[in-house]
Amino acid sequence: MQYLLPSLRLWLVTMLVCVVGYTALVLGFAQGFTPARANGSLIEVDGRAIGSALVAQQFTTPGYFWPRPSAAGYYAMGAMGSNLSPTSEALTERAAETVARYGATSSAPLPADLVAASGGGLDPHISLAGALYQAPRVAAARGLQESAVRQLASDAAIAPGGVFAPDPIVNVLELNLALDRIEE
Amino acid sequence: MFETILTTILIIGGAALLSWPLGRYMGALFGGHFVRADGVMARITGGAPEQGWKAYALALLAFNAVMFAFVFALLAFQHALPLNPDGQSAASLDLVFNTTASFVTNTNLQHYSGESTWSYLAQLAGLMWLQFVSAATGIAALAALARGIAGRPGMGNFFLDVQRASFGVLLPLALLLAGALALSGVPMTFSGAAEVTTLEGAAQTIARGPAAAFVAIKQLGTNGGGFFGPNSTHPLENPDFLSNLLSMFAIIVIPMACVWMFGRIIGRMRHAGVIFGVMLALLLLKIGLAVEFESAPTQAFTGLAVMQEVGNLEGKELRLGAVTGPLWAAVTTATSNGSVGAMHDSLNPLTGLVPMAGMWLNETFGGAGVGMINMVLYIVVAVFVSGMLVGRTPDYLGHKLEGREMRLAVLALISHPVLILGGTALFAATAWGRDTIANTGAHGFSEILYEFSSAAANNGSGFEGLGDNTVPWNIATGLVMLIARFLPILVPLAIVGSFMAKRRGAESAGTLSVEGATFGAMLMIVIVIFGALTFFPAATLGPIAEHTSLMR
Repeated sequence: MQYLLPSLRLWLVTMLVCVVGYTALVLGFAQGFTPARANGSLIEVDGRAIGSALVAQQFTTPGYFWPRPSAAGYYAMGAMGSNLSPTSEALTERAAETVARYGATSSAPLPADLVAASGGGLDPHISLAGALYQAPRVAAARGLQESAVRQLASDAAIAPGGVFAPDPIVNVLELNLALDRIEE
Repeated sequence: MFETILTTILIIGGAALLSWPLGRYMGALFGGHFVRADGVMARITGGAPEQGWKAYALALLAFNAVMFAFVFALLAFQHALPLNPDGQSAASLDLVFNTTASFVTNTNLQHYSGESTWSYLAQLAGLMWLQFVSAATGIAALAALARGIAGRPGMGNFFLDVQRASFGVLLPLALLLAGALALSGVPMTFSGAAEVTTLEGAAQTIARGPAAAFVAIKQLGTNGGGFFGPNSTHPLENPDFLSNLLSMFAIIVIPMACVWMFGRIIGRMRHAGVIFGVMLALLLLKIGLAVEFESAPTQAFTGLAVMQEVGNLEGKELRLGAVTGPLWAAVTTATSNGSVGAMHDSLNPLTGLVPMAGMWLNETFGGAGVGMINMVLYIVVAVFVSGMLVGRTPDYLGHKLEGREMRLAVLALISHPVLILGGTALFAATAWGRDTIANTGAHGFSEILYEFSSAAANNGSGFEGLGDNTVPWNIATGLVMLIARFLPILVPLAIVGSFMAKRRGAESAGTLSVEGATFGAMLMIVIVIFGALTFFPAATLGPIAEHTSLMR
């Protein structure tokens, strides 16, 4: 019993400092200095939220760039990976479906990121190679010059970590928004 | 390859550099150099009398019982409490038990997805609170152990030590990290999920919440439990390369600093340097192996029209860079953190063996405080074996190692493989395990083996294909986590308590020096033989069988 009272006091003080105080400080900082990010990096078009810049959404029509496969079906209330072993037959079957959907052939193979599901199923990016691969389809569907679409993708590419992670990637939602803006 | 080495140097080297001043500060903090702050904190808990090992252990157990009772109740009644904008319903009691045990023990094994299970109140006042105080419990226990080894008359005061660790170490670092994470895009809001209409006109509901505060202490306290289901692969939990670097850095810096803190308190920095070197060597070995194994492309894509020059991308996020998967996997399991930057179930078979080995060893820096405590057990065994080899009475820094101490040390060390292999055998042989695996064959066995390794190492990562939110899994891993947390804290305290009851001898010329390369090599050998070879048969049935039979 001699340890119970100090334990309860310790409960109270750590709760006040590490939960109430700490949360209030971080909340105040985030909402004060970077409110858009603190609320989920939502993107608004004409005053209507169309998605989060950080969260993949599904694209299936040929006129948009498609994101990486999602084991969660792009369901952002239950994100998950496929959790399939790289040696799994189920993974081979899923990959074959993806390859067929893109119509890829051995002379024009798909970049691997378009076939591999991401960890959380909500990866907002594809590789620049993956975007360029889709450029002919997108251009044809929209009646645009392929070179213009390729240029758009290249302009949107970033190296995520500079010299530490130089392979260029493209944010799919932002790229598709840029596509829509060309049309207007 | 170049950027892989560069990233590894940046994170491991940077953390190692920063751990030195942090360890120095922690040594001073727990050495009582901040008299006024100590006075205030002592008053808060009603005085801070010096405690012997039994009193210290009882205080630790009492507070951990309060932690368990409070959070169990909070999680069980979350649906009736405020701060629940997404209307989370009542969770099953077996899941409440498992989750409470998981966060009390600093494990953070998660048999649920946060965004679809817990209210904001449950996440913050329940789980996040435990992420602070469970890590503080570990650091406090290490301080007590070190004081005993240093030959102080008492072990200190548990209630004071927890406050020192919470307010003096974890809180300031968490504030800095949470601020940085918020700037990089981790949400921090009490609003419920966002409803959006996508460009193609579909409805999408995007979970968010007070994540930045949660994620910061998740990383720093070797907790690892994510705010969102897929942990740090979720773009709102780990939005960009910088947040990723900071997260990996935060995983390892406190466990590293704990070694220096130990050295400061016992006054033997060269000894701490040898320990640090052994831990670092094993960690770098694991990182190197993981990076190498993961550079093999996804086996399942062979023969399909897929370009395969980038390594295995299944379960990985592009913005985090290719090295994140294997590097994070090695670091998070070396430290008993258990957050993930890529899905471990989808790692190449031999890469998946590396995090398992990390959890089997469990002291290549290890959890906050407890990693160094685990290491003390290995040191005791290494000193004993060395003493036997040269035919002298073994002593550790002048403390004689006799039958009682050795029995206790071996009991604690042997409990680890018994819990892992016993649990794995039981679940692999019965429907409890067999009906829950997601992948067939050797990989399914690996899923079960990984789950018990993670529970027993208080790690918390998983091969998440496993359907582990079942009554047998929740109860079995809940019990394993509790045993595997408190036994390896209490037994070393008892060993050092036994040192303190005896007269400490002077170190003579015949005493094995614990400050040189010979001792480092001896320690390494004991760790590898004890820690790794015990598990070799199980590894053969899981990852190694999968690799040899299916990777071409």
